[in-house]
Amino acid sequence: MGNVLAFCEFGDGALKASALSNLTFARAAAAAHGGEVIALLVGAGAAAAGPAAARYAGKVVTVEHGDLAAYLAETYAPVVARLAGDHGATVVTATATAVGKDLLPRVAALLDAGMASDISRLDGATQFTRPILAGNAYAQIEVTTPVICVTVRQSEFPQAEELGAAGEVVAADAGAVDALGARIDRVESQKSDRPELTSAKVVVSGGRGMQSGDNFKVLEELADLLGAAMGASRAATDAGMVPADWQVGQTGKIVAPNLYIAVAISGAIQHLAGMKGSKTIVAINKDPEAPIFQVADYGVVTTWEKAIPELVEEIKKLKASR
Amino acid sequence: MKILVPIKRVPDPELKVKIKDGAIDLSGASWVVNTFDEYAVETALRLRENAESGESHGEVVVVTIGPEDAAQQLRSALAMGADRAIRVDGEDRALDARVVAAALARVIEAEKPDLVVMGKQAVDGDANQVGQMLAGRLGWPQATFAATVELAADKGSLTVGREVDTGVEYKVVNLPAVLTVDLRVVAPTSVKNNITPASHSYGTGEGGPRYASLKGIMAAKKKPMEQKSLSDLGVDAAPAIKELGVFLPPARAAGQKVADIPTLVQKLADEAKAL
Ligand SMILES: Cc1cc2nc3c(=O)[nH]c(=O)nc-3n(C[C@H](O)[C@H](O)[C@H](O)COP(=O)(O)OP(=O)(O)OC[C@H]3O[C@@H](n4cnc5c(N)ncnc54)[C@H](O)[C@@H]3O)c2cc1C
Ligand SMILES: Nc1ncnc2c1ncn2[C@@H]1O[C@H](COP(=O)(O)O)[C@@H](O)[C@H]1O
Repeated sequence: MGNVLAFCEFGDGALKASALSNLTFARAAAAAHGGEVIALLVGAGAAAAGPAAARYAGKVVTVEHGDLAAYLAETYAPVVARLAGDHGATVVTATATAVGKDLLPRVAALLDAGMASDISRLDGATQFTRPILAGNAYAQIEVTTPVICVTVRQSEFPQAEELGAAGEVVAADAGAVDALGARIDRVESQKSDRPELTSAKVVVSGGRGMQSGDNFKVLEELADLLGAAMGASRAATDAGMVPADWQVGQTGKIVAPNLYIAVAISGAIQHLAGMKGSKTIVAINKDPEAPIFQVADYGVVTTWEKAIPELVEEIKKLKASR
Repeated sequence: MKILVPIKRVPDPELKVKIKDGAIDLSGASWVVNTFDEYAVETALRLRENAESGESHGEVVVVTIGPEDAAQQLRSALAMGADRAIRVDGEDRALDARVVAAALARVIEAEKPDLVVMGKQAVDGDANQVGQMLAGRLGWPQATFAATVELAADKGSLTVGREVDTGVEYKVVNLPAVLTVDLRVVAPTSVKNNITPASHSYGTGEGGPRYASLKGIMAAKKKPMEQKSLSDLGVDAAPAIKELGVFLPPARAAGQKVADIPTLVQKLADEAKAL
């Protein structure tokens, strides 16, 4: 018997899509452990987002405190670890986002828990499947500690549906907060109206063959026509053509949209690791030998200069005909 | 300044994965330093040197927990320019992040470095755990997934550019701290130490870790390498993670090349129902 404490990221008064994937896992884990799901919201706006979260979990715990306004592993990990104890959690879980990956191993250290990272499947109360070797293999593992920490791969767990009745929301104390001198100096980000890369249904990605950031504009036109998120290979992000947070792959974001369009990307294993799970993959590349064609459902051997404007026109025609 | 760099040996990530008896077949594997750990060694060297005069402003100690053969990967790091190595004896398969973090914590209590620089992730197990666990155990601040690092002039803190989901976050941590590094930390101007002139560029293009020179390789043979056991360190070596089996992902069905864009759009609409 044990409960599942699910650390949930939120924004603008609602849970993020990544948190809803975490809750899908949390429900299955709670069933396996004979306990309940407790969604944990920490940070500025946690109390306000509580009722929205309660549509997805029987119990929601919110922690709000001036010193916990923005995420820091140093201050959040002790809060999560303490609440895991207070609420009888045998599983502590988060999504494998930048925050989840930074936070959960630190929580595991405080709980002396074993941890399963970036899991793709729950196989039993203490058994999990997870990708290893950049997704070139999967391992089935068992975690033998009394408390288990888990991060879940968002693309492998669908978003949780709302429950029939809303759960209860309780506020918890922050306790003593010590950042150990760590602080965030600033965050540089570019606002975008496009869907989030990790939950988008369509992704358009460009690689080194795009040659410049300016040339990405044609891909962005295609993306906007499809309601798609923009992605990129490491070569394109490294060269500064596009922001680093567009990178798809082993060390970028893992995506599994309905449709992934790879343009001027060769298909290195580290890139494939981030998009192989997509339902339909399209590759546009001028090199017929490019490895991307081995995973693509549909490949066109041509240049982007020629292909993309034509693709935009054809899709417009298709839309007009419907 | 004393910097400790934990490194792990991994099977060459460029080679094809084979499975035998429900586990990754490591017979005949060729072992290399984990990619991100090579970047960590490079970062540590950049943090402690004056790249233009060549003088050293501190010590870099590399540590691995691994079998006897892992001494080779320690030698590779010494050949790049690290000063001394420690090997804690352990079998690759019997180690998990919790055990490794416990062992590293003991080494750190003894060595008292100002900074620990390590890879964000071992590219075999892809756990991405040890750095954060270690920082948690030590009660030290952590700066993970670093793309840029700047050491303050007073050497008391680091400002670390971290690639997060929504952009780049600049986090300041006081030393001692644990730093884990990501790909772009080896770009030509990613590491600043207020010793090397700020205008200095480590190579061009994507940059990368330095190669060992012939002189470096010769020198590495004479650099000290200490040996310890997990029981010397008082670490309980019982892993929390048991591997039950390994399997290959299902292969994707063979795709097709289509002749032109109108055909592509028609197939995406009618066949794949993706438009
Ligand atoms: C530890 C590690 C982690 C990594 N993690 C990642 C990761 O997360 N994500 C990632 O993407 N990479 C990652 N990489 C890098 C990866 O190995 C490749 O170097 C990278 O993916 C290559 O990017 P690319 O396909 O854009 O460039 P290239 O390999 O240079 O390919 C460019 C392609 O564009 C085509 N092309 C050129 N001009 C045109 C044109 N006019 N029209 C059409 N096609 C054209 C070429 O035929 C070629 O196939 C990682 C590497 C390491 C070592
Ligand atoms: N056996 C080991 N010996 C020394 N350092 C290790 C070992 N295993 C992991 N590490 C360090 O921990 C980092 C993260 O590894 P992991 O959490 O296993 O993905 C690696 O990049 C190394 O710096």
